[in-house]
Amino acid sequence: MAGYIIKRIAAMVPTLLLTSFLIFIIIELPPGDYFESYLAELRASGELIDSAKIEFLRTEYGFDKPFLHRYWLWLTGMLHGDFGYSFEHERPVSELIGSRLFFTILLSFLTIIFTWIVAFPIAIYSATHKYSWGDYGLTFLGLLGIATPNFLLALVMMYAANVVFGVSIGGLMDPQFIGQPMSVEKFLSIGAHLVIPVIVIGTAGTAAMIRRIRANLLDELNKQYVVTARAKGVPPFRGLVKYPLRMSLNFFIADIGGILPAVISGAEVIAIVLSLETTGPLLIRALKTQDMYLAGSFLMLLAVLTVIGVLISDLLLAVLDPRIRLEGKALK
Amino acid sequence: MTDLLTVEKLRIDIRTHGRSLPVVKDVSFRIPPGKTVAIVGESGSGKTVMARSLLGILPNVASITGGSIWFRDPLTPDAPLDIAAPDLDEKRLHALRGGRISMIFQEPMSSFSPLHTIGNQIHEAWALHNEGSHAEGREIAEETLALVGFADPRRGYDSYPMEFSGGMLQRAMIAMAVVCSPALLIADEPTTALDVVVQAQVLALLKSLQERLGMALLLITHDLGVVANMADEVVVVYRGSIMEAGSRDAIFNQPRHPYLKALLGAVPKLGPDGDRKLRPLREIEPVDAAGSSRETGRRHLRKGKPLLTVSNLVKTYATKKGGGMFGAHKAVATAVDRISFRIVGGECFGIVGESGCGKSSLIRTVTRAISADAGQITFHDEDGDIDVLSLRDGDLKDFRTRMQMVFQDPFGSLSPRLTILNTLVEPLEIHGIGTPKSRRDRAAELMRLVGLPPNYLNRYPHSFSGGQRQRVGIARALALEPDILICDEAVSALDVSVQAQILNLLKHLQKELGLTIIFISHNLAVVNYIADRIAVMRAGRIVELAPRRQMFTEAAHPYTRRLLSAIPTTDLGAPLDLDALGNTDMSDPADWPQTADGPDANWIEISDGHFVRPDGLPS
Repeated sequence: MAGYIIKRIAAMVPTLLLTSFLIFIIIELPPGDYFESYLAELRASGELIDSAKIEFLRTEYGFDKPFLHRYWLWLTGMLHGDFGYSFEHERPVSELIGSRLFFTILLSFLTIIFTWIVAFPIAIYSATHKYSWGDYGLTFLGLLGIATPNFLLALVMMYAANVVFGVSIGGLMDPQFIGQPMSVEKFLSIGAHLVIPVIVIGTAGTAAMIRRIRANLLDELNKQYVVTARAKGVPPFRGLVKYPLRMSLNFFIADIGGILPAVISGAEVIAIVLSLETTGPLLIRALKTQDMYLAGSFLMLLAVLTVIGVLISDLLLAVLDPRIRLEGKALK
Repeated sequence: MTDLLTVEKLRIDIRTHGRSLPVVKDVSFRIPPGKTVAIVGESGSGKTVMARSLLGILPNVASITGGSIWFRDPLTPDAPLDIAAPDLDEKRLHALRGGRISMIFQEPMSSFSPLHTIGNQIHEAWALHNEGSHAEGREIAEETLALVGFADPRRGYDSYPMEFSGGMLQRAMIAMAVVCSPALLIADEPTTALDVVVQAQVLALLKSLQERLGMALLLITHDLGVVANMADEVVVVYRGSIMEAGSRDAIFNQPRHPYLKALLGAVPKLGPDGDRKLRPLREIEPVDAAGSSRETGRRHLRKGKPLLTVSNLVKTYATKKGGGMFGAHKAVATAVDRISFRIVGGECFGIVGESGCGKSSLIRTVTRAISADAGQITFHDEDGDIDVLSLRDGDLKDFRTRMQMVFQDPFGSLSPRLTILNTLVEPLEIHGIGTPKSRRDRAAELMRLVGLPPNYLNRYPHSFSGGQRQRVGIARALALEPDILICDEAVSALDVSVQAQILNLLKHLQKELGLTIIFISHNLAVVNYIADRIAVMRAGRIVELAPRRQMFTEAAHPYTRRLLSAIPTTDLGAPLDLDALGNTDMSDPADWPQTADGPDANWIEISDGHFVRPDGLPS
């Protein structure tokens, strides 16, 4: 098992290298660089241009060097924790992201938990009561959840919260706590503000997950080993949880790798609508202004998360499913 | 003595698309304690539904609509329980299942959850019905594993199902069923998925356990040979009704009901006179096909002349062992190990072997479906010999018309999206033979050839039964007028009566069309019925090759003898010697007597046309 883990971690290295290269190409692909768009903006608004500063930054960050050289600088920098400099915000990228990253991860984590808590019981009910009114009703709700665009749901809920409950739910916390040290009140305020984003971001994922767990469970329910379990006197609920549900978990675990980036990138649009201080709005702005180090670091972060997610799900699968663990061993 | 179980006027319906369909109609039978009752019937006769109703584990669409199932537990003789009662407490059923009545199934591979150890699943069966510590449960589970023949029950307990062969898993399944010493064991086709030698071992195990634990056995099977060797009483069902019931001797010696008589007449027999014509329940009427084409005359001319020579054919597969993306090292499995034989025109060459012996690999290599590693295949055409293995592109495509295959699964081998007409003209279109009109005529002719009305041509496969589909498969194989027809387990998936139909049809076609047939099967009785010469395969080699008669009267190789002794027959005078079928089964070449020449020695001809590997000869 230890050898397997080491091999899997070693296999991550070439994957990440390749991804970083692709990301760099994509960032460089649009003509021009940040300074050009910056200059254009300044000229358009008729402001003064500090060309000396711009020239300094250009040389400092190697914009006059060839492509591969710049890639190399970026890559080695990241290994030291230097993610480059955000030209727009005039701060190092690590500083910029760091403060927001915590909220992004918190929001994503809560969303995933919400998705699981809601999806599992509903899916199990749907599968065991196939073609009942309950199944049809929940299926309808689920499809509604998939079909409704997230931002629309966010706007509707924001409006409802404001009109019905008289609370403003934009932002990550009430304005008076911004910049304050963490306190019980601040914590509660953050909690209250996270409820709606979690529901909004989680809805589509939950609905999709219900459909998939239901389909997988239905497949398993007809398997011979379920009949075997019944024939030896296993009570229905235990027979359901121990055998078919456990089998249908495989796909679910395999999904973890995909969930992390999907939740984080899916949350960005919502973050703008609900004006959440997470990483989402920052990334979108960075991509628009060709703030390349900021955007690149973000994309790289997503890639790392994806690879880690896949690693976690692979390791979990190996732990949970003896067929994967024992593959290749000689049969007795 | 009171009966353990009495079924009275049991009726079971299946609801589909809002309609109720009776699948079990007023069935009554009984199971005396400690005895074996066999329910015999073809597929779709309702026997499995009947068995599952005894445990109250019917599928959701099925329900009991009448009758009773009285179970008199010998532990509580004064309180009989009606399992069919609609108001029965589910809790009492749970206690019954696995505790007093247990069940084993056809597919040992899928009957266990692949995610839990075998020990865990057996232990669970015990823990559900007994109080006791975990250690005690484990001990009992291991004891039971030892009882069913696990050499190392401790390791067996901690192993996963994927680590065992089907035979061992069925033993583990039996261990799970008997761990609570039930009064009744229901075995639903327990050996159908197993090879014949393993089948004999599992049957022997069931019988010895039955004596040891004093339990009754309800055996559900379609195999009359198994019934003749196991049952005390027999119940014959047909379409959900009982046709005939009685003691085994009465059933086999004086069958009265025409269905039973027909069923017995349709079973191929072992022994030298096993080629006596079978009488299927419903005969099919193939049209007299002689003279239907020029090819037929050509084929008849070549009767008795060598047609195909295979020499020293080798096929290996690389299997990946050891995991990881960097550490994979290759291992080689030899599926076909230096096989040589010759086939003459007009004969039926039978190849017999258990699963995994390499018979399918051999055939796929011969037909160039997969590539060979070494050896030579020569097709003796009228215009000279063809080196089959060196054929390329166009030549290979042309050559493919000379050999055609019929496959095992009549459902999987026909595309559900093509009509029968499409299916039959496709080979002609691929090879550019004829015009659309002539192809259509040819399809109609092929239908008549296999005894199907040509007006079925526009139907889709789903409207045909398994036997009819298999006939379509044969018609498709004949479309290109092949010299050699290869039947790979072509009747294995069919019921006895349909099997007899198809076998008779093949025999008829062979005679009328002058076809040469290579017939592959795991069932020696079937091969015995149709083949002129029989080759027995094991571990990628042909261990014995002989004319049909000699194979039964003078079998020389220990593996052949073992195979012959393991086949259950309907002849009550020749029961299986279950005690002699111990655990060594001569399946492993290492069990065979060693010779001075080693395993690479050539065949020895011991009488005219009867070849055997030297390790099979008495020294």
